[in-house]
Amino acid sequence: MKKLQLIIVREFLAKVRNKTFIIMTFLSPLLIIGFTALIVFLGKMNNETAKVVAYVDDSELFTNEDFKENEQLSFLDFSGMTLEEAKAEALKSNVYGLVYIPKNDSLQLIAKQLQFFSSDSPNSSIVRNIERRIEERLTKIKLSEMGILPSQIEQSKYEVDVKLSNFTGESRSKFVNEMKAVVGSIAGYFIMLFILIYGTMVMRSVIEEKTSRIIEVIISSVKPFELMMGKVLGTALAGLLQFVVWIIVITGIFFFLAVFFDVNLAADRADMTAEQLAALSESSGQMQLVFMEFMNLPLLSILLLYIFYFIGGFLLYSSLYAAIGAAVDNETDTQQFMMPVIMPLILGIYVGFATVLNDPHGPVSVIFSHIPFTSPIVMLMRIPFGVSWWELLISMGILILTFIFMIWFASKIYRIGILMYGKKPTYKDLYKWLKY
Amino acid sequence: MSSILSVKRVEKSFGNFKALNNVSLEVASGSIFGLLGPNGAGKTTLIRIINQITLPDSGEVYFDGKKLNQEDIRFIGYLPEERGLYKSMKVGEQALYLAQLKGLSKQEAVKRLKFWMDKFEIGSWWNKKVEELSKGMAQKLQFIVTVLHQPKLLILDEPFSGFDPVNANLIKDEILNLKNNGTTIIFSTHRMESVEELCDYIALINKSNLVLQGNLIDIKKQYKSDTFEVGLQTDAKEELFKRLKNQFNVSYSNFKSINNDLKISIKLPENYSQNDLLLSLTKQAVVNHFVEVIPSANDIFIKAVQEN
Repeated sequence: MKKLQLIIVREFLAKVRNKTFIIMTFLSPLLIIGFTALIVFLGKMNNETAKVVAYVDDSELFTNEDFKENEQLSFLDFSGMTLEEAKAEALKSNVYGLVYIPKNDSLQLIAKQLQFFSSDSPNSSIVRNIERRIEERLTKIKLSEMGILPSQIEQSKYEVDVKLSNFTGESRSKFVNEMKAVVGSIAGYFIMLFILIYGTMVMRSVIEEKTSRIIEVIISSVKPFELMMGKVLGTALAGLLQFVVWIIVITGIFFFLAVFFDVNLAADRADMTAEQLAALSESSGQMQLVFMEFMNLPLLSILLLYIFYFIGGFLLYSSLYAAIGAAVDNETDTQQFMMPVIMPLILGIYVGFATVLNDPHGPVSVIFSHIPFTSPIVMLMRIPFGVSWWELLISMGILILTFIFMIWFASKIYRIGILMYGKKPTYKDLYKWLKY
Repeated sequence: MSSILSVKRVEKSFGNFKALNNVSLEVASGSIFGLLGPNGAGKTTLIRIINQITLPDSGEVYFDGKKLNQEDIRFIGYLPEERGLYKSMKVGEQALYLAQLKGLSKQEAVKRLKFWMDKFEIGSWWNKKVEELSKGMAQKLQFIVTVLHQPKLLILDEPFSGFDPVNANLIKDEILNLKNNGTTIIFSTHRMESVEELCDYIALINKSNLVLQGNLIDIKKQYKSDTFEVGLQTDAKEELFKRLKNQFNVSYSNFKSINNDLKISIKLPENYSQNDLLLSLTKQAVVNHFVEVIPSANDIFIKAVQEN
């Protein structure tokens, strides 16, 4: 045990003292926030320029009212031109597109014969926006033909807003599922990231011992199994430290930004109308509900389960990484063995995003949250939605059994691999080593 | 002679390849034991079994009279042929780490490390990274690391490789020093002159089998062919040679001498003693040189491997 502790400390210090590691620890959060800000900024810039669309209304049924500009779109009236003239003009004045509304007695046929011209393939949300405007007008015309007054139409509109609550009467946000999905996917994504980054680190450190040839000196003092476990645990500790620093730095920066923006919001509020303020307080009420829902989740048991799956998943994968590192002489030779390790991780993330978020208790989600290679990711995603305890027990049991088996398996390959030099091993060789 | 290490009928296979076949060895306490053999003979496998890096398929190893176990690791020091250190770790820190892995306490390790580093005049390197050291410097550090925990049994695989003659001599003196202080040393090398110089006992492994084992002097006696190098002072070398050839099994020989002699080697005939031979020679010429040919470790190695 004392030796294991020595190895863990050495591995931890070797990682933590590494310059790249220190730089990445503090640089990564800044990069993450910087990129997020950049994406938000670019997205805004993109939306700010409204697209100009021209229209030719031969039907003479539409008014300016129907083509009111909004944030996304503004309109030019080309009515009176023939379609050919309008097309030429549209090209010349470099507008985004041209809507052509033909003349026809039948509203049905107008609806079918509507055309949109543009040089690029048009943005589907713009097309849908235009379609909706025309639909609305045509519907109104038809209704008034049927003798219904526009005011009656207005009166017959209802805005439905379902208030959700559970059976005990506590109200609940509509965004609760989204919130759970976000909590679950962040956790799942993090563990994948953690395994990929620090698993590779374990592998590199095994290769380093092999290429520097210190390995034979070390294993004349400790059992290969102790060395492997020390490496895995030491690296995991360094990784956890880095993750904690990331979380603290990111939270700190967001907190700072929040304080900063709150001041701005208060300044804006002075200029707001009563109506806008009401809307704002409703949305902050929604926020509060989401927050309350979040606090209502069994946070402690979720945290404990996260830690369990984090450790379980990491032990499972990093022992494989260690075995791969032991089998090869240099990092380029690892390619052939990496595929089968990375595949289940990617599969887990895709299955998680594709199925868990829509149907957390569907058969695919349930199956993948029991397969040990995907369960750390998929089960983590499912946990916020509530998973029955016996399902958790089965999944955790399978994970424990598998990682014990995997560590045994990896240490067999490791034991032989670290003393093998020269030849690039094949899967057949690895199989043979298991029997030495 | 009490033995510190007994290897009994050890066998080891890797797949279809038999690396060691029924090998038994006794290593006398306090001796220097040369473990010899051509490349790929199985020496490294045997050394790894003694270090408990590899387990034998069958057979046993006894250390200090008891069956070898994990506790014995701290009494064994091993300098492998393929050696190295953590490149980005500092000299002092690294040596302490390796010593602690051998079971030494930190304080004790610091004390001994200072002693050794001063002895080798490398005390100022404590905070240098290993990658900053020259190859020779790193080898010195490696040697220190191997002996720091004062092992009862020291296994040195090609200990002189990478050293210049001055440092090689320094290491040789240290090895002899350790021996005088009671350390048993297993010494594996291809340099026969150092075997000659250092080893009390040797064992030779060839193609997975032990072919030779014992006291170096006894083995030399066993391998000597009762041949004598003779230098005879004469003016008529050819005639004398012809005459002797009728009498004995004679061939021309070449050895260093200040005289312009007829240099020959003569195999002692059966039922002849050395004195009989010398007497017979002195009757025919003046004998300037009369020495029994003792096979060198090198000769024995080559002969044993070829015979096998």
